[in-house]
Amino acid sequence: MTEGTIFKIKKYALHDGPGIRTTVFLKGCPLSCRWCHNPEGIDPRPQTIWRRTSSGRIDETVGTVMGVDALINAIEKDVLFYDESGGGVTFSGGEPLSQPHFLEALLASCNHREIHAALDTSGFAPTAVLDRIIPRLQLILFDLKIMDDRQHQRYTGVSNRIILENLQRIAGSRTPVRIRIPLIPGISDGDDNIGKILRFAGTLETIQGVDLLPFHRIGSEKYRRLGMTDLTAETLLPGSERVAAIQTRFESAGFAVSIGG
Amino acid sequence: MNERINRLRTRSLAAVPSLSDERARLLTRFFKSGVARTAAVPVQRAMAFAAIMENKTIYIGPDELIVGERGPVPKATPTYPEVCIHSQQDLNMISGREKVAFAVDDSVRDVYREEIIPFWQGHSIREKLFSHLPEAWKDAYAAGIFTEFQEQRSPGHTACGDKIYRKGFLDLKAEIREAVDRLDFFGDRDAMDKKNQLEAMAIAADGIIAFAGRHADALAQMAESASDPDRKAELMQMAAICRRVPAHAPQTFWEALQAYWFVHVGVITELNPWDAFNPGRLDQHLYPFYRKDLADGRLTRERAKELLCAFWIKFNNHPSPPKTGVTAKESNTYVDFALINIGGVTANGGDAVNDLSYLILDVIEEMRLLQPSSMVQLSKKNPDRFIKRALKIVKTGFGQPSIFNTDAIVQELVRQGKTVEDAREGGASGCVEAGAFGREAYFLTGYFNMPKLLELTLNNGVDPMSGNQLGPATGNPSRFQRFEDLFDAWTRQLNHFIDIKIHGNNIIEQINARHMPVPFLSLLIDDCIATGRDYNAGGARYNTSYIQGVGLGSITDALTALKEHVFERKTITMDGFLTILKENFTGYDDFRRQLLDDTPKYGNDDDAADDIMQMVFEAYYHAVNDRPNTRGGVHRVNLLPTTCHVYFGSVIGALPDGRRAGIALSEGISPVQGADRNGPTAVIRSAAKIDHIRTGGTLLNQKFLPQVLADDTGITKLAQLVRTYFRMDGHHIQFNVVDGETLKQAKRNPDDYRDLIVRVAGYSDYFVDLTEDLQDEIIRRTEHEVF
Repeated sequence: MTEGTIFKIKKYALHDGPGIRTTVFLKGCPLSCRWCHNPEGIDPRPQTIWRRTSSGRIDETVGTVMGVDALINAIEKDVLFYDESGGGVTFSGGEPLSQPHFLEALLASCNHREIHAALDTSGFAPTAVLDRIIPRLQLILFDLKIMDDRQHQRYTGVSNRIILENLQRIAGSRTPVRIRIPLIPGISDGDDNIGKILRFAGTLETIQGVDLLPFHRIGSEKYRRLGMTDLTAETLLPGSERVAAIQTRFESAGFAVSIGG
Repeated sequence: MNERINRLRTRSLAAVPSLSDERARLLTRFFKSGVARTAAVPVQRAMAFAAIMENKTIYIGPDELIVGERGPVPKATPTYPEVCIHSQQDLNMISGREKVAFAVDDSVRDVYREEIIPFWQGHSIREKLFSHLPEAWKDAYAAGIFTEFQEQRSPGHTACGDKIYRKGFLDLKAEIREAVDRLDFFGDRDAMDKKNQLEAMAIAADGIIAFAGRHADALAQMAESASDPDRKAELMQMAAICRRVPAHAPQTFWEALQAYWFVHVGVITELNPWDAFNPGRLDQHLYPFYRKDLADGRLTRERAKELLCAFWIKFNNHPSPPKTGVTAKESNTYVDFALINIGGVTANGGDAVNDLSYLILDVIEEMRLLQPSSMVQLSKKNPDRFIKRALKIVKTGFGQPSIFNTDAIVQELVRQGKTVEDAREGGASGCVEAGAFGREAYFLTGYFNMPKLLELTLNNGVDPMSGNQLGPATGNPSRFQRFEDLFDAWTRQLNHFIDIKIHGNNIIEQINARHMPVPFLSLLIDDCIATGRDYNAGGARYNTSYIQGVGLGSITDALTALKEHVFERKTITMDGFLTILKENFTGYDDFRRQLLDDTPKYGNDDDAADDIMQMVFEAYYHAVNDRPNTRGGVHRVNLLPTTCHVYFGSVIGALPDGRRAGIALSEGISPVQGADRNGPTAVIRSAAKIDHIRTGGTLLNQKFLPQVLADDTGITKLAQLVRTYFRMDGHHIQFNVVDGETLKQAKRNPDDYRDLIVRVAGYSDYFVDLTEDLQDEIIRRTEHEVF
């Protein structure tokens, strides 16, 4: 039976696609984005994280190996909420495409059960994987971070060439796409990068809208609990005026924009 | 709100609750006079009511548009010595206590000492009850197994139907005459009792007409001396209204509001039953008047809103009469539970939401008053716009309106044997209690402490608080081989104490039926006139008694922990566990950690816990449901706590779910505070595993941080969450939208947060008026943070 590793099942997820959703976070990611707010999703294996309680620190394991059936049963539990709200399940991570067989089996089961399925992805995956996955999806949330390849490598650890190719490829399919742009001050929120994203996105036909994701520090505590170094400890939070200005740029180019997804 | 309403509202907020001896004095003097000495009991009660209405102070405040006060001034609260006498110590306590206090003048103490106490001592209902109740009942009551609503208050729990908008009290008197004429003195041996009862109702009708007439006179007099021509005209119009209603059926929107208000003051002056009185389906009752007045050009939307605001403020002027002892602990609030219903369905099953429903929601949002309570009934037939409008008010964080499932309420009532039309014209009153408005006497009899019975079970029937053998010896728990043995023992304790409670209920009902009839309230509720029987004696069309289960989450988690650790995983022996409970977990942090973090908990959509919740529910349901009362009806279950989960928690030692001794229990059907960790859909799924349709109401409390509801999408998704719960037959849900930090600050600096209203359990209250226990309990309730 196909198994995979996940690190969280979030119910009543409101910002990962339409309606009331369950977001499943798959563990393991080939990128190492400096601003990552789910650092526990990077390593593909279960790992130790500590937690503070009234009786002191205790160690816990983050990451569970689960079979497809067990996970689908967990997703299916909230099916009436999806029905009522036009919601469904979103696979996020980590990078879900880095567990392609697991993901494909999950999606096949969702399709069979008529559960609306979305994928939240960095787009960094072999094209052959993508081709198998795309037809099974009702929505793709595609991260577009940095357009300059050298900068992209510097801040995420990988080249963006395959990412951009994959996005073009997805845009040629019928599956609707929302572009998600993390706004990291000094890294991705410059006029130049935003302008390039705008131009690139303008060439794609199936873009439904743009989600701007302003940098936040929700992940910083997790770095400490995992014993990892938080490289964005010094990064400032983006100003609301800057976010609003970027929102206006996208809106005047005709994109529907949401803040925070 | 306009300036006049602002002034009225400010005055109402500033008024200090005080105790008034006026009613007690008028009542005592009436009975001392001896005029009713030889009359039948209902006639005596009606004459006393009329005497109060004919002689009490008439208060008409500046700016008022709706008139009538229970006391001589706003928030002056009468007492009911025929039900419960307050001793000098009680009066000192009521005035001196930190929370829910009433100012007590020295003159009140003097009147009590010289007149009231000497006359009523030994003759109050409270004293009668305690002289008739069996010792086993008293022992269980003292140990906190259950409470008793009728110990200091008269039975109530009813809401007004549409009768008073169709008929004046003169019409009702004509009906009474016909009913008297129909009496069968040849074949009906109760004919004379019925005649007495009907004559009493007629006297009560005269009492309320006289009360309105006195207002008309006073208003006319004020009009004469008024210098402002606008106010002068207004006062004259108000005088004309009080001449018409409630003697005659109202013809305008304003008359309809004034008619209801006189009726409300009548009910709460007669005896102020539990949950006061309630306009019920206000938007339905008023809509015909509203539409007609708008069409005739007699009313504008603005004026209608102003009148509604003035009406709202009248409720806020009327705190619940002071409670003491256990009654204060189980319901520690000024709120008197008039719960206005908006929306739902019509008698023929159509969408009942109308323009007035939305206007009333505007009023709720602007008034932000403690009283009246308000709720929306949401049917699958109501538009999303309606629920979203209501949630936008919820979002402002004062806990109102709460949200009820009309389709579930209708099914609940029909299952209990009501006609579908009567069910559709019903709703929820009090906290969450389903009822056929205008046609049902549904008495809540008391809260029932389910987790306390586990403590008895684990001590072979002995209450560890007192060391007494309180319950039956259901076996040494160390000898239980299987979880089922434990559960059977708990069920035996449950059935034992439900029997004791019902025994008591049936005694208390009869005492009230015989000694404390309510002829005025009986005028309002069908079919008291037609049957010639009192509301308290089975005169209503439907007569239900409820026992309200408390601590469903706590008992579930406690039983689940025992099942998991003692019987299945065998991480500990029963003896070992009992020792740890005795030690209140001191020195057993690791084990307690395991209980908190690594044991299934109700509220997480985990069948390991939820299956046990269902077993508990079924056991409770079968112990109570269908047991006859003495009014021709039966007992039913519902699940709600008011503030009783705090009191019940205080009488229980450590519980196996990791809860330390004395801490509040879970409230309503909500999970144990902090035990739900999978978000609101999991809580809802767990809660929906109760068969709500077999209850008369359940209460689910959810706390949300304001940011979840920041935008329209958040509101829409919350509406969808509610819709899904209701699709699963959930009865009621309510939201507290306040962040934990605000609450902590309010606790530290109460003076800065005088206006902070939070949802407690089925009603809202000022946060700073809550006891510290309850404040902590609300802070602990899970905040559903979503990002």
